[in-house]
Amino acid sequence: MAKKEKSGSVLVVGGGITGVQSALDLADLGYYVYLLEKKASIGGVMAQLDKTFPTNDCAI
Amino acid sequence: MEAGRSPNIEILTNSRLLSLEGEPGNFTAKVYQEPRYIDEDKCTACGTCKMYCPKPVVDEYNERLDITRAPHIDYAQAIPSSYYIDPRYCLRVNFETCNLCAQTCTAGAIDFSQKPKELALEVGAVVMAPGFGKVDNSVLQKFGYGKYLDVVTNLEFERLTCASGPTEGHIIRLSDNKKPKNIAFLQCIGSRDETCGNGYCSSICCMSAIKEASVAKEHEPEVDVSIFFMDVRTQGKGFDDTRQRAEEKYGINVIKARVPRVEQISGKLALNYVTEDGKSHSDIFDMVVLSVGLESPEGAKEMAKISGIELNHYDFCKTITSKPLSTSREGVLVAGAFSGPKDVPESVTQASGVAAEVSEILSSARGTKSVHLAYPDEDKTLSEEKPRIGVFVCHCGVNIAGVVDVKAVRDYAATLSDVVYYENVMYSCSQDALKMLAQKIKDNRLNRVVIAACSPRTHEPLFQETMKSVGVNPAFFEMANIRDQCSWVHAKEPDAATQKSKDLVRMAVAKARELEPLQAQTVDVLSKALVIGGGVAGMTSALSIAEQGFECALIERTDKLGGNAGRLKLTNFGEDAGKILSDLMKKVSKHPKITVKLNTELDELSGFVGNFISKLNSAGNSEIFEHGVVVIATGGYEYQPSQYYYGESNKVLTQLQLEEKISKGKTALKNINNIVMIQCVGSRGDDLKYCSKFCCAQAVKNALAIKKINPDANIYILYRDIRTYGFNEDLYKEARNQGVIFISYNIERKPEAIKDGENIRVRVFDALIGEDIEIPADILALSVGVAPADNLKLSNIIKAPLTGDGFFLEAHAKLKPVEVAVDGVYLAGHAHGPKTLDESIAQAKAAAGKACIPLAKGKVSVAPIVSKVDKDACIGCGLCESLCPYKAIQLIKIDKKKKAETITASCKGCGICASHCPTLAISMGGFTDEAIMSQIHAFAESINKENV
Repeated sequence: MAKKEKSGSVLVVGGGITGVQSALDLADLGYYVYLLEKKASIGGVMAQLDKTFPTNDCAI
Repeated sequence: MEAGRSPNIEILTNSRLLSLEGEPGNFTAKVYQEPRYIDEDKCTACGTCKMYCPKPVVDEYNERLDITRAPHIDYAQAIPSSYYIDPRYCLRVNFETCNLCAQTCTAGAIDFSQKPKELALEVGAVVMAPGFGKVDNSVLQKFGYGKYLDVVTNLEFERLTCASGPTEGHIIRLSDNKKPKNIAFLQCIGSRDETCGNGYCSSICCMSAIKEASVAKEHEPEVDVSIFFMDVRTQGKGFDDTRQRAEEKYGINVIKARVPRVEQISGKLALNYVTEDGKSHSDIFDMVVLSVGLESPEGAKEMAKISGIELNHYDFCKTITSKPLSTSREGVLVAGAFSGPKDVPESVTQASGVAAEVSEILSSARGTKSVHLAYPDEDKTLSEEKPRIGVFVCHCGVNIAGVVDVKAVRDYAATLSDVVYYENVMYSCSQDALKMLAQKIKDNRLNRVVIAACSPRTHEPLFQETMKSVGVNPAFFEMANIRDQCSWVHAKEPDAATQKSKDLVRMAVAKARELEPLQAQTVDVLSKALVIGGGVAGMTSALSIAEQGFECALIERTDKLGGNAGRLKLTNFGEDAGKILSDLMKKVSKHPKITVKLNTELDELSGFVGNFISKLNSAGNSEIFEHGVVVIATGGYEYQPSQYYYGESNKVLTQLQLEEKISKGKTALKNINNIVMIQCVGSRGDDLKYCSKFCCAQAVKNALAIKKINPDANIYILYRDIRTYGFNEDLYKEARNQGVIFISYNIERKPEAIKDGENIRVRVFDALIGEDIEIPADILALSVGVAPADNLKLSNIIKAPLTGDGFFLEAHAKLKPVEVAVDGVYLAGHAHGPKTLDESIAQAKAAAGKACIPLAKGKVSVAPIVSKVDKDACIGCGLCESLCPYKAIQLIKIDKKKKAETITASCKGCGICASHCPTLAISMGGFTDEAIMSQIHAFAESINKENV
């Protein structure tokens, strides 16, 4: 039996910095990404941060 | 947040996973999606709905410190950039009354007919990245949270310090809205705490406390800040350095004590605590910030059940050292804090790593589902027309408008010649503002755009993309940075800041007038990789690149693969380290797409991303290898100490030597009863300025291994801060339970070794009893950390900069942890900085993921800001060639005369060549002499006016 062809889509569960970065890299690598987020906007906790350690860059 | 613009990312908000069936390559994921009740495509984010909504709602984005309304958007730059209605509070959704928002929305975006949807998605793999959860409030109550208003969490404090937060960046006591005179940060709330079930260390709160304390001092220099630590765990790359600077620059008090509870005495907060010397203290504070740790995400158990994966004993996703990104179910992967507490760089690294892992599984299906975005053809006539300049002045909420009179700046822009359109924008980078920008460019046939907002470093690509989308050459763009350079630095002088903003806008307009169109170029990519270094990181990268379908050469300086990991016996969690390594070596040597070259070094590197040419030196024989990308995985060395009689007494070993000894079993440890370990030998201030991250867990691991063989052994670990972050804290706890004695020492009073014939004794100051004690040592084990490899030579060859500590410098500490300043070059393992085995593996995968992006695309586009040589003016002196840091300009012969020529693909547009050219023969795209001179002349206009 011929093996079923694999799908070129990926599901990423979680739209925080990790989910978003994976989605971007996967899209860049040639895959179609569904980015699932339980809240109404992506960004997660990092979007709530004012500055980031150690460079105190703006988090958004 | 580029994700909102990618055509290959479909964002499903208000959604959760219902089920996951199938196998790797072919899963069906059922997803439940709640309605937003506002049509994303129609909403312009104008905010009218929120204005008219009668229902106040606590603002969860602002940590419940503010009030919003049922229809709202979390923050101005949120993606998706449309409002949504919180169905829990909406009167229309719950009681069929009101409907005010729908009546007032001019865009007709509000749609109460939306119903929840169930979607079935066909996917080849799943990445679990749900992040972390919040520690329950009942744990925080012990510290007065919920009872006393002036006890806040670290995330609440973060919102208070944020300029767009509920207090516009003012740090105030919630009880009386007054500025606190002193603030205490309490660490380890909800972590390293058995009583709440969270025995692990959350790994990030020490950094967040130091950051927030520094920000507090910057906002209110006279405030007194104390941080109560058990151990200061700033083990990340460069973190110790930042901590030290923060302590010195801001005078933050660091107190080594765990505060058991918080009480209130006449409106102030009282902390009672005991310091290391056994003394009791009682201090009063105006405000207390709880450094609340990370917990497994909400609903982790259910999520695990649905996706069919196992959790560990703390309900985090279970992983193993050799596969830090894999769950127990094949084809379902994990990244970020779900597999254990981690900070942003670690999470971003794992995110790129997991993308590589997915790409390994699905390489045969690459490109089958992705879509390509096409831009409309450029309107060439625009560039021939007279300048029609549009000026957009951004409020950035209150970030700019709170200081600068943005309306006055806009009106001023209107008076400048060639400006045909001018406007204020609330947040020019929000998606709706970009849509508006595109429309205004079209409507007004703008052929120059000036945005007065923030930094081009972060935002220029966003605006240029918008210009491309309406057929305008992106080089017709200029930014005036009135945020960083005006509202931020002149926050206390609003008039002067406004005047300076006007100056910057006038200068930007003057430059915009002179801009010329530039053409982006693409170059083909050689789909091969070069990996430098045959340790675990290098082998993992090579294997991942090969599994993703690309050829790879792996070069190793020595005569065998394996690197430092060859000396490890067990991982911290008891896995067989030797087997991990031998499995990896087997796979690498057998893989048809990997060529291993031992005894080989890189001598020269030329070319640029996509087209590198390497000269490899294999034991004296030169070989040319052409490739598209490079991964640096050159590792590090075990630091060789010159103190504590190392090398003079056979009783003094490094932890790696001790590990080898322990692995030989009982006989090797015969007659060994007293073992003393000294942490941070060489590290954190002696020879090596940094923390080596893994040595604390390594010492504890060895102590436990000795205890297993000889339960009666007396083991003393002398430490500065025990940094067993994450789940390694379990080992630390276990060691304490088994009677390993931990004695903390101070940097001013380091332990000393005394050699008496064959015998070794260690003298250390014990703070609790207040005097020196002496411990005889059958073995003295030194935790020596890792020293960088000799990276300087390679750094010069590749032109990739090093940190002050001698490791390779990443392109961005947070968001580009595996990339370097040179495009097409990536980093993994100890070459980047000290790290644990699983961290090295994750990072190696990340480097492989990033490296495969250009290989998979087959083309790279080169930024058009490059130098251009006027061959007639060039005298062929060669100064530019000798100065170029990127090897991007070379001398060629034209009609027997030497002339400089730019290698466009390598050029970074730094301008060093142009600024040094004695005949002004070199001009920079986007920064021509004409444009810069007009900018300077425009600046002079104001000076002249003042002088009159």
